Amino acid sequence: MPTSTLTRGTPPPGPPAPRRRGPRRGPGARRSSRRLAADLCLLLAALAFVLPLAWLLFSSVDADSGLTARPPTDVTWDNFDAVMTTDITFRPLLNSLILCGSATAITVVAAALAAYPLSRYSSRLNRPFMLTILFTTSLPITAIMVPVYGLFVQINLIDTMSGTAFFLASSQLPFAIWLMKNFMDGVPKVLEEAAWTDGASSMQALVRVILPLMGPGVVVVTVFSFIMMWGNFFVPFMLLLSPDQMPASVSIFELFGNMGSVVYGELAAFSILYSAPAVLLYVLIARRLGGGFALGGAVKG
Amino acid sequence: MLLFLAGPIAYCVWIAFTDLQLSGQAESSFVGLENFRTAFDDEGFVNAVWLTLVFTILSSIVGQNTLGLALASLMQRASKTVRTVTGAIVITAWVVPEVVAGFLLYAFFRREGTLNSVLDWLHLPGQNWLYTLPILAVSFANIWRGTAFSMLVYSAALSEIPKEITEAAEVDGAGGWRKLWHVTLPMIRRSIATNLMLNTLQTLSVFGLIWAMTRGGPGDRSQTLPLFMYEQAFKNNLLGYGTAVALLLLLVGALFSLVYMRMLRTEV
Repeated sequence: MPTSTLTRGTPPPGPPAPRRRGPRRGPGARRSSRRLAADLCLLLAALAFVLPLAWLLFSSVDADSGLTARPPTDVTWDNFDAVMTTDITFRPLLNSLILCGSATAITVVAAALAAYPLSRYSSRLNRPFMLTILFTTSLPITAIMVPVYGLFVQINLIDTMSGTAFFLASSQLPFAIWLMKNFMDGVPKVLEEAAWTDGASSMQALVRVILPLMGPGVVVVTVFSFIMMWGNFFVPFMLLLSPDQMPASVSIFELFGNMGSVVYGELAAFSILYSAPAVLLYVLIARRLGGGFALGGAVKG
Repeated sequence: MLLFLAGPIAYCVWIAFTDLQLSGQAESSFVGLENFRTAFDDEGFVNAVWLTLVFTILSSIVGQNTLGLALASLMQRASKTVRTVTGAIVITAWVVPEVVAGFLLYAFFRREGTLNSVLDWLHLPGQNWLYTLPILAVSFANIWRGTAFSMLVYSAALSEIPKEITEAAEVDGAGGWRKLWHVTLPMIRRSIATNLMLNTLQTLSVFGLIWAMTRGGPGDRSQTLPLFMYEQAFKNNLLGYGTAVALLLLLVGALFSLVYMRMLRTEV
């Protein structure tokens, strides 16, 4: 790392710009030195962010892994071999897949249906509704988990995949609606009106015209919801009891179990296996997600 | 679907006023404000409130928000390669599942962890962070994990500012800080309010991250409200009490939200 000699106090090296000589430095020189400064700051930040991740990568292939990030002395795939068993990896991951897959399907369908009127009919209620959605998006889901647990016990949904998937879906729904609406706003109304003229109902227009046109948007909402649920720990932790139904987010604790005797290498290997789908999926949609994040537009009404 | 969210909340409000327990008690009775009175006299609860405030203000409002804005505005100026690399790393930290992030940061802050090695290398004294300053460690963990969201929001917001405006400000001789304060920030005010709201409320409900790192320990020195609630409801079987705490947590969230909503409303 070439940045190692840098501490925060030193000025960034580069073409020393002579100050106070002549009225003003040329815009080109000023720009490039500013760019260099920005680059260096960002690289420092990146370095700080990458350290914990580096530990994960290094120790997963290190035969003798400790808690410090360092290049492995003895590269081996043993850690991966050790965790690639039905009990440790495959069943939890499959559970995660079933749970998040079904929850995502519910979320996307519901979000499409909810976003459509919000995007198409401008009523006076829209803005308050969007704000409410934004508000519920971030209500501490944690806070309602205890009563939800109680409720699930009462209606016999506790320890069922379906109940848990439903709850996961509804907790992810507000944000999904909101992303969906942002993408839907990008589809010109004219096309829809043409469909209506041809005698399509609004439902048909939604399914046949709008959704295909916003295909990328739907993909983004789907993948994003999936990623968020994939990482969710608290909901399954509370609502599922039997070990054979546990998704990876909870089963990982068994590995971690007793703080004293953790096999860090195996833990790191499993963490990588468990994180990989989320990261890969994110890479898939990264380019398109930016558009959905234009928060300013979300509440302009 | 809305029933699924609204139902529990309504049910929540009801339980909070009863003495429901998990110990198989068939009847639960209405006890009015008893749970809330217990809460405010409970040292553990007061401690949890303080820690939650510290955790939220430090890691969400100060940390994620400011760092996200700083990164986003630096990215406006940086070269493409650096922008891509940094963005990728910061976002990876966010996409990694919550529990995994907890482990990573646990390993990072341990006595023999990476942080102390780095400090050692810089000839600074290290310490057992998870024991001495657990709330600080989990706050940093949350910053590590959540900054990406703010960064994405602000990047989107900053890219919407018309170039002419910033250029005009420069021509008028506004320096970097003045430009930021008088031009950029007012332009993205909406995004700031929205982002603050989302961040704060997400931070309020962080459970897995802290649970994986410290379990709220040592003792109760990193036990924020969600963890306190969990402990009361499931370890001590006081479901009613736990729910009362949950309700208070919702209230705290709602208060924060209202403040930000007001920020959104005030038109300059």
